[in-house]
Amino acid sequence: MKIVVCIKQVPATGADKRYTDDLTLDRTGVEAIINPLDEYAIEQALRLADDGSADAVTFLSMGPEQASEALRRALAMGGDDAILVTDAALAGADEWATAKVLAAALDKLAPDVALMGMASDDARGSLVPGAVAAMRDVPLLSYGSELKLADGTASVRRLSATGFDWLSAPLPVVATVTDQVGEPRYASLKGIMAAKRKPLDTWSLSDLGTSAGDLHGAALTKVTDARAPEEKAPTERIENLSAAESATKIADWLAARKLI
Amino acid sequence: MPYLPTADHDELRAVVRELADERVAPRAAEIDEKGEFPWDLKELLAQQDLLGTCFEERHGGTSLDTIAQCILVEELARADATTSLLPIVQKLGALPILLAGSDEQKDRYLPRLASGEWLIAFALTEAAAGSDVAANRMRATADGDHYLLNGSKRFITHGSVANVLTVFALTDQKAGGRKGMSAFIVETDTPGFAAPRVEHKMGIRGSPTAELTFDDVRIPAANLIGDEGDGFKIAMETLDRSRLSIAAQAVGIAQGALDASVSYAAERQQFGQRVSEFQGIQWMLADMASHTEAARQLTYAAAARVDALAPDLPYWTSSAKLVAGDTAMKVTTDAVQVLGGYGYITEYPVERMMRDAKITQLYEGTQQIQRLIVARQLLERAGVAKGG
Repeated sequence: MKIVVCIKQVPATGADKRYTDDLTLDRTGVEAIINPLDEYAIEQALRLADDGSADAVTFLSMGPEQASEALRRALAMGGDDAILVTDAALAGADEWATAKVLAAALDKLAPDVALMGMASDDARGSLVPGAVAAMRDVPLLSYGSELKLADGTASVRRLSATGFDWLSAPLPVVATVTDQVGEPRYASLKGIMAAKRKPLDTWSLSDLGTSAGDLHGAALTKVTDARAPEEKAPTERIENLSAAESATKIADWLAARKLI
Repeated sequence: MPYLPTADHDELRAVVRELADERVAPRAAEIDEKGEFPWDLKELLAQQDLLGTCFEERHGGTSLDTIAQCILVEELARADATTSLLPIVQKLGALPILLAGSDEQKDRYLPRLASGEWLIAFALTEAAAGSDVAANRMRATADGDHYLLNGSKRFITHGSVANVLTVFALTDQKAGGRKGMSAFIVETDTPGFAAPRVEHKMGIRGSPTAELTFDDVRIPAANLIGDEGDGFKIAMETLDRSRLSIAAQAVGIAQGALDASVSYAAERQQFGQRVSEFQGIQWMLADMASHTEAARQLTYAAAARVDALAPDLPYWTSSAKLVAGDTAMKVTTDAVQVLGGYGYITEYPVERMMRDAKITQLYEGTQQIQRLIVARQLLERAGVAKGG
């Protein structure tokens, strides 16, 4: 049973995001981390390896060369090996192009489960898992709070408004998990030292049998503008009032906005 | 002798800092207030392989160089001085075995210490023998293929929680502490051993400082470290190395106090502006930062000498501990001043750091003893005194 965890390197959550002239993210001088939501996918895969449900865990990332740092960090947490798909032609890749490339890499790796986080911390598109599943023509099991593997079937436990559902599909699948999986482990010192010796291969587009031409210049979409969200109005505080007076104030506030 | 941190050192610092910020710092105030040994953090550090950095890989350790071991201690102490004592004392207690133990002793004890399954403590100090190590009175009497240990120890860090101790006792009372003392390994479940009392302390309050009593504690002769009479030499060689951990701890405490001061000064508003905009505060912060960095670099320079087995390593480690301890005390005191009234209350961490800093001027050789060591070596180099 082989799991490939797809991870993305993103700017640190609190980092100041800047854009280059062609409206792609300027990564110079910005601390980069593993997308925090991908860490739950890593944790889920490693738990399946720990309990014997999976016997190989590979990490896969598409990104610039520095994304190998994120793969090393993942390898320090556990797993066996990693692949970085990097190519100058991939600069500015959109969700479609990313999904195309990951799907091609997954075709080559042929895992039972391609596991991903539920979204990336920088773009938050949540489009890639579904696109990869469609391109590879395999089932998508999304938003799992847990993933189980047994008898050629993958199942995810998905929380709903009233409880939870178990969704199952025959392998191979694409699956995504949420932060309900449980806290990602810290890399141990021996894990960090071992990670330096684990295989980390780099693939280019030609290694995947594709080219910039096939990817329409790495993007079907075009970014026309990028700006920081407008600052929210300052928080209104209701303080030093009795419970009844506070409740009236809150009700008035909501009523004024036609929310109640 | 290269002592600038490498990329591996930087990575270790980042990893330990993340762990310390997320898991250790949030526990620090509670550990201090309750005076409880942090068993949870001992488990965490064991799990992350951070109690075995001074042990060789064949014994289950990670065999980090001394600068890396300093960085580990520094980053833990930045969050909580008590927690930083976990790797410090694991190394301190094990050093006599690492320096002079037999292969059998190493194979038996080091793997359990490297994994963190067992804790060790270093039992040298006695009520009447602090700085004056040679005044030790505890006795070890040969009894067939065993020794009988009798006497007591005081101020033993982790003495009440350790599974095993390195203990110093006189095998030849006439020869006295310098020539008649020997080092032993004692498992704490041996009958006759007790830790009847722990001290109430000003700082490092989660780290139990115990009084230990030995009443006909019978241990195998195989637990003698080195030869009879080697004890004083083993103790001194241990302290020559271990005091560098205290320098690193002091640097970490100072850094923690500096970081808390900078973030407070950047937030706090008085007289219509941020406190950090007052030059008086800026000058204090600049002094705190510069002295902390100077102490850190001296500590790393000494660490490089430890790894190079430099003949003058006591000069370097004593000098580093002297400078770092005094720096920690000064910087934490200034941090309380930067925070003003808020610095004096337990809502902010700097008063705890100030109390914790004081111990770095006292244990593993007082600052006065460090000056003695530095001065002796200086004068020895000048040819006017013999080393002691």
